[in-house]
Amino acid sequence: MSYLEDIGSYFLMLKRTFGSFTKRSVLKELILKEIDDLIIGSLGIVAFISFFVGGVIAIQTALNVDNPIIPKSLIGFATRQSIVLEFAPTFISIIMAGKVGSFITSSIGSMRVTEQIDALEVMGINSLNYLVFPKIVALLFFPFVIALSMFLGILGGLVAGVYGGFTTLTDFTTGLQDDFDTFHLVYAFIKTFVFAFILATVPSWQGFYMKGGALEVGKASTNSFVWTSVLIILTNFIITQLLLSS
Amino acid sequence: MIKIENIRKSFGDEEILKGISTVFEKGKTNLIIGQSGSGKTVMLKCLLGLFQPEEGYIYYEDKAIQEMDEEQQRHLREEIGMLFQGGALFDSMTIEENVMFPLRMFTKKKKTEMLARVNEVLARVNLEGVNRKYPAEISGGMQKRVSIARAIVNNPKYLFCDEPNSGLDPKTATVIDNLIQEITHEYSITTVVVTHDMNSVMEIGENIVFLKNGKLVWQGNNEDIFKTDNKDVTDFVYSSDLFKKIRDIQIEEQ
Ligand SMILES: Nc1ncnc2c1ncn2[C@@H]1O[C@H](COP(=O)(O)OP(=O)(O)O)[C@@H](O)[C@H]1O
Ligand SMILES: [Mg+2]
Repeated sequence: MSYLEDIGSYFLMLKRTFGSFTKRSVLKELILKEIDDLIIGSLGIVAFISFFVGGVIAIQTALNVDNPIIPKSLIGFATRQSIVLEFAPTFISIIMAGKVGSFITSSIGSMRVTEQIDALEVMGINSLNYLVFPKIVALLFFPFVIALSMFLGILGGLVAGVYGGFTTLTDFTTGLQDDFDTFHLVYAFIKTFVFAFILATVPSWQGFYMKGGALEVGKASTNSFVWTSVLIILTNFIITQLLLSS
Repeated sequence: MIKIENIRKSFGDEEILKGISTVFEKGKTNLIIGQSGSGKTVMLKCLLGLFQPEEGYIYYEDKAIQEMDEEQQRHLREEIGMLFQGGALFDSMTIEENVMFPLRMFTKKKKTEMLARVNEVLARVNLEGVNRKYPAEISGGMQKRVSIARAIVNNPKYLFCDEPNSGLDPKTATVIDNLIQEITHEYSITTVVVTHDMNSVMEIGENIVFLKNGKLVWQGNNEDIFKTDNKDVTDFVYSSDLFKKIRDIQIEEQ
C-alpha cells in the first residue's frame, strides 16, 4: 500500500514539476548552476575511474586468454564491449547515484527541513519547477559524461594493454573495430538517458518529501542512493531484455 | 484586514481547528498565542493558503481566498511577506541575493533599482555591510533581520511571522519584536504573529487571539490579558515563574 502511495507521489511530483514555470531569466541561471554542480563537477571522478577501470579490464582479459589459438585482438574487443555496453552507462550511473544523487537529496532535503521550500511556496513559486526542472535539464548532458567515460575507459585499456606488454597497438585497435555494431551504441545511450532521468528525479523526490531534521536528511541521502541504484539496475535489466535479447 | 469565518481543519480523524472566527486588523500586530500543539501554525498555514480548511472562509479585505481564481491567488501572494521560524533564508544565496529574490521574481525593476531597494530595507532592519555574506556566516539574530528585510522588500500588505523570536536571547528577541511592530505601524501592514512567548505578548500584543485545543477561547489586548479571569488564559500567562512572582508581589502590595 505504502509502495503504491510512493509511486503515486513520485508521478504527481513529475506532473507538478512541469506545471507552472519559474521566470525565464531565473530558470536559465538555475540550469547553468546545476550543469556546473552536477555535470562539470563530476567529470574529474568519472575520468579517473574510467581510465583505471578500463586498464584493469584489459589486463584481466589478457591474463585470462593466454591460450595461443585465441587472437590477441580479443583484448581490445572485450575491453570495448564491456566498457561501451555496461561499465560506462550502468556502473558510472551507479557511481553518480552516490555522488550526484545524494547531493541532490541532501540539498533539497535540507531546504525542506529549514522551511526554504515553504518560503518558495508562500511567494507563489512552484517549488518543484524551481528545484527539480533545472536538474532534469542539466542531466540531459549526462550522455556526454558517459561518452567521456567510454573514451577514457578504452584509452585506459589501450595504455595498460600496450605498455604493459600484453598486446600490441595494432592488435588492440583491430580488436576495437571487430564486429562493431552501431546498435550497441544506440542501446548504451538509450540506457544513459533513462538513467539520467532516474538520477535527476528519484533523489529529488526523496529530498522533497522528507520529514524531520538534519539527521533525517542524512538518512534520506542514504535511502536515495539505495533506491536510485536499485532502480538503475532494474531498468538496466528491462532495457537489455527489450533491446538486445531478441 | 483579514477576516476568518468558522474555519475547520482536520488531519485524518483529528480535528485541529474546530471552527474559528476572528478579525485581524490593518496597521496592528495581531498575535495568535497558545500552548505548543494548540494549532497556531496550522491556523497560520490556512491563512497563507498552504493548507485548505474543510470548512469556513478566509477573507483578505472583502475577497475570500476560496473564491479567488489562480491569477488572483498568485497576485495575493505577492502582497504577502512571511517570516519563518528559522528564518528560511536560501543558504545558496548571499544576503543581498536573498533580499532581492522577491523583487527579481515579481517585479520588472532594473538591477540598480533593485539594489537600491535592497540596501534601503537592509538599513531599515539595521544591517549594513553584510550584503556579500552567506546566511551561515551571520548570527541567528542577524538572520532573522535579513528574513524580515526579505519579507518586506516588496512592500507587502500582509506580514506573517511564525515564532519570530524562538532561539534568540531575550534582548535580541525584543529588538525583533519591536522591529516587527514599527514596520507594521509605519507601512500600515496587517501583521499576524504566532508566538507562545509572554514577552512578545507584553511588547506587541495589540490584538491577541488565544487558542486552546483548536478553539478560540479568548481575544483581547496586552492590558486585558492581565485582567481576565478566563482560567485557560491565566493558566497560560502564569505558567511562567516570573509572571507568577510579579503577580504575587502585586497582590501583596494591594
Ligand atoms: N501536516 C500535518 N499533518 C498532520 N498533522 C499535523 C500537521 N501539521 C500539524 N499537525 C498537527 O496539528 C496539531 C497542531 O500543530 P501546530 O499548529 O503545529 O501547533 P502549534 O500551536 O505548536 O504551532 C499537532 O497535533 C500536530 O501534530
Ligand atoms: Mg508552531
